[in-house]
Amino acid sequence: MTIRTLTAHELSAGYGDSVVLEGLDLAVPPGGITVIVGANACGKSTLLRTMSRLISPKKGHVLLDGKSIHRTPPRELARTLGLLPQSPIAPEGISVADLVSRGRHPHQAMFSRWTRKDDEAVAAALEATKTVELAERPVDELSGGQRQRVWIAMALAQQTEVLLLDEPTTFLDISHQVEVLDLLTDLNQSRGTTIVMVLHDLNLAARYADFLVAMADGRLHTCGKPEDVLTEQIVRKVFGLESRIIIDPTSGRPIMLPIGRHRMAD
Amino acid sequence: MLSPIVEALTEGRNRRVRRYRFAIAVLLTLVAALFILTLSLGQSFTPPSDVIRVLLGKDVPGASFTVGQLRLPRALLAILAGLSFGLGGVAFQIMLRNPLASPDIIGISLGASAAAVFAIVVLQLKGPVVPVFAVLAGLGVALLVYGLSYRNGVAGTRLILIGIGVSAMLESFIAYILSTAPAWSLQEAMRWLTGSVNGAQLGQALPLVLALAVFGGLLLSRMRDLEALRLGEDTAAALGVPVARTRVLIIVAAVGMIASATAITGPIAFVAFLSGPIAARIVGSNGSLLIPSALIGATLVLAGDYCGQFLLPGRYPVGVITGALGAPYLIFLIVRVNRAGGSL
Ligand SMILES: Nc1ncnc2c1ncn2[C@@H]1O[C@H](COP(=O)(O)OP(=O)(O)O)[C@@H](O)[C@H]1O
Ligand SMILES: [Mg+2]
Repeated sequence: MTIRTLTAHELSAGYGDSVVLEGLDLAVPPGGITVIVGANACGKSTLLRTMSRLISPKKGHVLLDGKSIHRTPPRELARTLGLLPQSPIAPEGISVADLVSRGRHPHQAMFSRWTRKDDEAVAAALEATKTVELAERPVDELSGGQRQRVWIAMALAQQTEVLLLDEPTTFLDISHQVEVLDLLTDLNQSRGTTIVMVLHDLNLAARYADFLVAMADGRLHTCGKPEDVLTEQIVRKVFGLESRIIIDPTSGRPIMLPIGRHRMAD
Repeated sequence: MLSPIVEALTEGRNRRVRRYRFAIAVLLTLVAALFILTLSLGQSFTPPSDVIRVLLGKDVPGASFTVGQLRLPRALLAILAGLSFGLGGVAFQIMLRNPLASPDIIGISLGASAAAVFAIVVLQLKGPVVPVFAVLAGLGVALLVYGLSYRNGVAGTRLILIGIGVSAMLESFIAYILSTAPAWSLQEAMRWLTGSVNGAQLGQALPLVLALAVFGGLLLSRMRDLEALRLGEDTAAALGVPVARTRVLIIVAAVGMIASATAITGPIAFVAFLSGPIAARIVGSNGSLLIPSALIGATLVLAGDYCGQFLLPGRYPVGVITGALGAPYLIFLIVRVNRAGGSL
């Protein structure tokens, strides 16, 4: 697997006349796990969508291995760079195997036949996400956690070297959140897949990120190692929240404890 | 070890493909059976053997005229129009992921119809320029509805509501033009308001075959991208579908087919709207809905026309029958979409 470099340069993007991202620069560490955090509506999804060609930037570029992704043919790009959107839609009644197979779309020519290689990619994706037993079930009937694993399996079947995920753990209970993050870390370590994801939970973000990005108002506020980014000062600036940071004895990573106004010990 | 999983996947997919092919074979047989029925049993009965001889170009006394001149053009036109409506309708429904976003609900069919009436009654045009006129008007209405509902992207519900409004305006425009026409006939009015294959001629089939070959071919060539669009635009784009370009292609192809058929048979009520959801019930997610929906369209028009002619007291144009079928479904969908937000 080739390691890819994904970078954004002075990126400005938005919807219609409204500007969401303004002059944002970001170098995604190749082969690492990058986690983006920030308040609601600060532009995290917009950033992922611009970095994966869903939105054209108003200014600036997104480069993959030095080449503008907006000048790369879409199918070719989709073999290298994958995106799992924030709320993907499953057609009514579709089975898990069928949905995961759709991840092979960019690898297939217009009338080409389905190959063994496609089946192997789908089988590997099902196995990695522990969804083999679900293969024949309709996606509509699955629990939230199962469904999220199935969507991740679809993204895995695409076999891209860079994978962007928009809030892959939202709506999952804590054990399923950890399971999904462990799975993505496995993928990162075994295949060298570069991962960029948006997470809401700051502590899980600091725990799983190699590189943590804090966004505020469409700009990149701070980025770097979790211990340098998750500080009391930055939490105050980015989320407007007073907090205390302690060190997690298990991982050595920072943990943010919100202070709030009630239930204080004396 | 992956190989048992791979085997299971292959088997599952083969099963889906088999089911899909079986469904298509059944639908094809149904269309063929209805075709033969329409040709042999009308006011009088012609044995299928005579029908086949007429179809092979032999002269059969007593049957050549009824079958060759009256029934055949009608049945052929019904099939071609049905295929066009079924295919064009489901393409819109898949693209906008909403069964209500069908061209006959959002004003495209009525736009084509209004243009055809205007061309025939006011401009006194005839022949192949009429479909061209209708296709351009259909595209114009599509652009208008799309433009009016555009606000930071197109939202399905807004587009549908605007389309329904535009349809109402076009319908009164057609009624107005027809009421000013010198030789105003109820037959003609019915054709342009609800659709009919009365008075079909063999010559009318040719432009429809052409439109189906060109526009239908275009649609079928985008079949995979259209399937990917069922996962939503973001996922489709992430899978490498050029979403904007595909959307333009699909609109042009679907409008082209719908409008060409409308210019000849009128906007046969609700065939475009009903075919996709019926096809989805039959093939589920075992394969693309395009071809099954086209076959359902042909079935609906053939069966509806036969019903309207022979099975009911009095004679009705096909659009009245399909309209009566479609209206309850429309109400059902509006109630359901209001509650849950439906998809195809
Ligand atoms: N499709 C859209 N059309 C118009 N505005 C949008 C659209 N998507 C998001 N926005 C706006 O862009 C801003 C940033 O949204 P988003 O990137 O989704 O934020 P986040 O993912 O950080 O919560 C918000 O103000 C939101 O209202
Ligand atoms: Mg978001």
